[in-house]
Amino acid sequence: MEELKNEEKPIITAGAPKGSRPRKTISVGKRYIINTVLVVLFLAIGDMMVGQGIITRYQTSVLEQVGIYIIMAVSLNIATGYLGQLPLGHAGFMSVGGYSCAIFIMRMMPAFGVTMRDFVLGTPAASLLFVIGLVFGGICAAICGVIIGIPALRLKGDYLAIITLGFAEIIRVVMLNIDGVVGFELTGGAKGLTGIPSYTNFLNTFVVVVISLFLIHTMMKSRHGRAILSIRDNEIAAEASGVNTTYYKTLAFVVSAFFAGIGGGLYAGCIGVMAPAKFGFMKSIEILVMVVLGGMGSMLGSVLSATFLTILPEALRAFADYRMVVYAVVLILVMIFRPQGLLGTYDFSLGNVLEKIANREFPWKKSASAEEVE
Amino acid sequence: MANNISRRDLFKASGATALGLGVASLISACGSGSGSDAAISGKTLKVGLMGPYSGDVAQYGLAVRNGAKLYVKQFNKKGGTKSGKKISLVVQDEKGDATEAVNVYQKMVEDNVVGIIGDVTSTPSIAVAQESVNDNMPLVTASATAADFIKYGKNAFRACYTDPYQGKLMADFAKKQGYKTVCTIYNSGGDYEKGVNDAFVKEAKKKGLAVATQESYSQGDVDFKAQLANIIAKKPDAVLSPNYYQDDGKIVTQARELGYKGVFLGADGWANIVGGDEDYASGKDLEGCFYDTSFVSANDDERVQQFIKDYKAEYKSDPTNFCALGYDAAKILLTAVDKVDKAGAKDYEDFKQKVIDTIAKDKIEGVTGTIKFAGTGDPVKSTLIIGFKDGKEYIETTM
Amino acid sequence: MTFLTQLLNGLQLGSIYALVALGYTMVYGIILLLNFAHGDIIMVGAYISWIVMAKLGMNPAIAVILSVAGCTLLGVLIDKVAYAPLRNAPRLSILITAIGVSYFLENGAQLVFGADAKVVPPYIGVSNIKVAGMSLSLNAILTIVVTAISTAVLTFLVQKTKLGKAMRAVSEDMGAARLMGINVNTTISFTFALGSALAGIGAVLYSMAYSQATPTMGIMLGTKAFVAAVLGGIGSIPGAVIGGLLVGFAEVFVSALGLSVWKDAVVFLLLIIVLIVKPTGILGRTMSEKV
Repeated sequence: MEELKNEEKPIITAGAPKGSRPRKTISVGKRYIINTVLVVLFLAIGDMMVGQGIITRYQTSVLEQVGIYIIMAVSLNIATGYLGQLPLGHAGFMSVGGYSCAIFIMRMMPAFGVTMRDFVLGTPAASLLFVIGLVFGGICAAICGVIIGIPALRLKGDYLAIITLGFAEIIRVVMLNIDGVVGFELTGGAKGLTGIPSYTNFLNTFVVVVISLFLIHTMMKSRHGRAILSIRDNEIAAEASGVNTTYYKTLAFVVSAFFAGIGGGLYAGCIGVMAPAKFGFMKSIEILVMVVLGGMGSMLGSVLSATFLTILPEALRAFADYRMVVYAVVLILVMIFRPQGLLGTYDFSLGNVLEKIANREFPWKKSASAEEVE
Repeated sequence: MANNISRRDLFKASGATALGLGVASLISACGSGSGSDAAISGKTLKVGLMGPYSGDVAQYGLAVRNGAKLYVKQFNKKGGTKSGKKISLVVQDEKGDATEAVNVYQKMVEDNVVGIIGDVTSTPSIAVAQESVNDNMPLVTASATAADFIKYGKNAFRACYTDPYQGKLMADFAKKQGYKTVCTIYNSGGDYEKGVNDAFVKEAKKKGLAVATQESYSQGDVDFKAQLANIIAKKPDAVLSPNYYQDDGKIVTQARELGYKGVFLGADGWANIVGGDEDYASGKDLEGCFYDTSFVSANDDERVQQFIKDYKAEYKSDPTNFCALGYDAAKILLTAVDKVDKAGAKDYEDFKQKVIDTIAKDKIEGVTGTIKFAGTGDPVKSTLIIGFKDGKEYIETTM
Repeated sequence: MTFLTQLLNGLQLGSIYALVALGYTMVYGIILLLNFAHGDIIMVGAYISWIVMAKLGMNPAIAVILSVAGCTLLGVLIDKVAYAPLRNAPRLSILITAIGVSYFLENGAQLVFGADAKVVPPYIGVSNIKVAGMSLSLNAILTIVVTAISTAVLTFLVQKTKLGKAMRAVSEDMGAARLMGINVNTTISFTFALGSALAGIGAVLYSMAYSQATPTMGIMLGTKAFVAAVLGGIGSIPGAVIGGLLVGFAEVFVSALGLSVWKDAVVFLLLIIVLIVKPTGILGRTMSEKV
């Protein structure tokens, strides 16, 4: 197993050679400012390009899906990469989130006085409904996460994998048949839930992506995050050190489910149709592949591979037939030659990179300090 | 405590965003759609054709594609539209997935197609129908039977008939045959199967037939013996199995194995159960069963025979119901495009609107019967009831 | 009458699950790997039968032999190519590799054979026999008998032969077994061969009963069989049989009660309940974990 990530290094002058000037650092506040400015800039430019038609509708649609899969992959990464478990039911949470968000928004539209058109125009009432709906979807998925997590997390490894798979199948069957049981139209059964307003657009997708990444990142850098990582590295040792493993395992699982629900909510608005058949085992695997390829435990890895694997099939329409086979081969090869994923647990930090540049620590200059920072 | 935490880098996000931006600018460099009005003034008119050509429902998509391509080829061979414009097909695979279908649709809109033949299966079709309303894009599906498909706007049409229509029709037929007790077995995971079943049961009850039991199964099941044993215990005169041919084949075979001797009724999902690449049930087991469809190779109709001949010459195999529907869907759209092209349109938007209006009024002599739209996107067409005798299909009656 | 028919149905379905579950159990028992590709090996076996009988028009007996042989070879090959390089890797990595192999086989088959189902011709001419005035499905009886024989042979192999002893030793402690002079790699290969041969037999019985081969047929079958193996206690041969029969009966009786749409949910619910009550399954051994 990997060593704990070297996050807790003192920020100042760690390995600077003796007698030289102190290592330049960037304060936490400044880092926040730099990053916030870049995010806002990105969103503004992106939104403007969409508005101007520089990014066409087709590209926007693909980019929205990129955003959704980033959320899916990063959220699964919490359970897989950080907690070290292998849940095979992520698509189940996605469908719970998607259905509940879509149903909530559709049912609440009259109460908020919102029409289909308002979502496109982005009126305040529509935006508010969107936010509430999305959070509602996330919470529903999180509740499922608790229900599934508590029994499932008592089990280890393969047993956990199969039990989450089982739960996801149950969710799918319930979505398919619940209409007949409750006696009124809820999920639309086999024909699916149709007529979902298109409340997802480029701007709100990426705002949600950024917020999700930020929240997950800060959680993982906190005391709670370290507790979760310690469980991954050695559960028994973690427990012996006073980490409440049951609590933290459930926490990680539920947070993972919550964000999957958010992703599902965005998905429903992006596609406009929800059908239970699309959220089977295969969807879970698809998301798992993204996490594994990127590197389990690397947020950047998940983001990159989610982006790559969503755009690639669009770019390679001509080779669609071979896509899945290639996927499978790549997955096997990566596991054989680089079991920790392409990026391992490496994570990108703009602040650190800037710091290195300021201190003239370049990768090709293998100084003692640079080696330690890696 | 919280302040000590080195939450330095919120910048996973900027990694993602920078990358996203890079990608976005990269693809946008490849040119964006402008001059959509040029779409109708050039030498060719673009028509979209989408469906699943890979993945687990590829067989339906490929069949529709073959049929549609054949018609377009013939259309162009005759010189294209009356003003001499050729039709160029924009063909895209959506893998039976709603997400991909929406992407493909957007791509076609950017290509300034004047109409789309598609989609093939229900969920992606509905997703596309919802999207297409905003663009007023003429949409003709060969095979999406889900009732919702035409609900969203006036721009969507289908060449096939709907699930409820078929269910009602088979109930009428059952009554006519004098059956007293009927049972059903259907895939509860499929909207098509469930749609036909529900309509059948409703109509059968109205007509005074006794529906002894409705058994269902889940998508992907292979063992139907438990349900069939229940059905056989009710001693029905006929059993409705409104599923796709692969499941129907297994259901019929297993029922015979359990000793059921009565009749099976089916819907157009049965087309292809025999006579294609594979026979999904033996002629002996199928003896005396009936299903409804709009196309069968055993039809003596001149148009149908000509189509079969052309199809064989082109693809070296026999056309199925889906191929014929694809052919007719293409015919519906292209006939309208031709007429509008002749009459002339102000601009691209006007052209699309006129195509929609024309289809709504048109009457097409297709290989799956005469197709006419009576104010909705649902066609009014005649239906064939096919029976099995000595392992061969024959037309029992036309309804 | 109906009840008896249902009983036979349950027994037949359960037998097929049991046979597949045995393969899971054996591989898991020896290298603690959930061989996700096991269900897909069956799919390949069914296609082999189809090619041999429908395409080449050969004798059903040859189809049976080639299907079993093909599956055996495939199983060993998969182990050598995909799993052997990962013997010392984290368990998660091997598990993901197994998922990759399964994905590969499914999509490969779809590419080669297309998504449409292929009809496997009947292996035997007669489909029904009359016993005491009742019409019984010969397929069902054959399936049950073959499963019983296979299980007996397997138990004998594992308990009484030298190789079986080696297998048990390796599953107990791989390192110690190596020190005792057991060729661990050969033993593992043999286990895969045995498990996959059972999958081959399962493929023949499956095709006999349901007569269609599709690229995705292995997914549900494999998942259910795996559930069966876990239910019974993974690593245990009698456990796999009990689990298989349990799942088969559960499915048939839920369907017979008219609740077939909830069938899959019931099976998984059964699994969840058993795992919560007894985390290692009905006949599973509890293993203590060391730091």
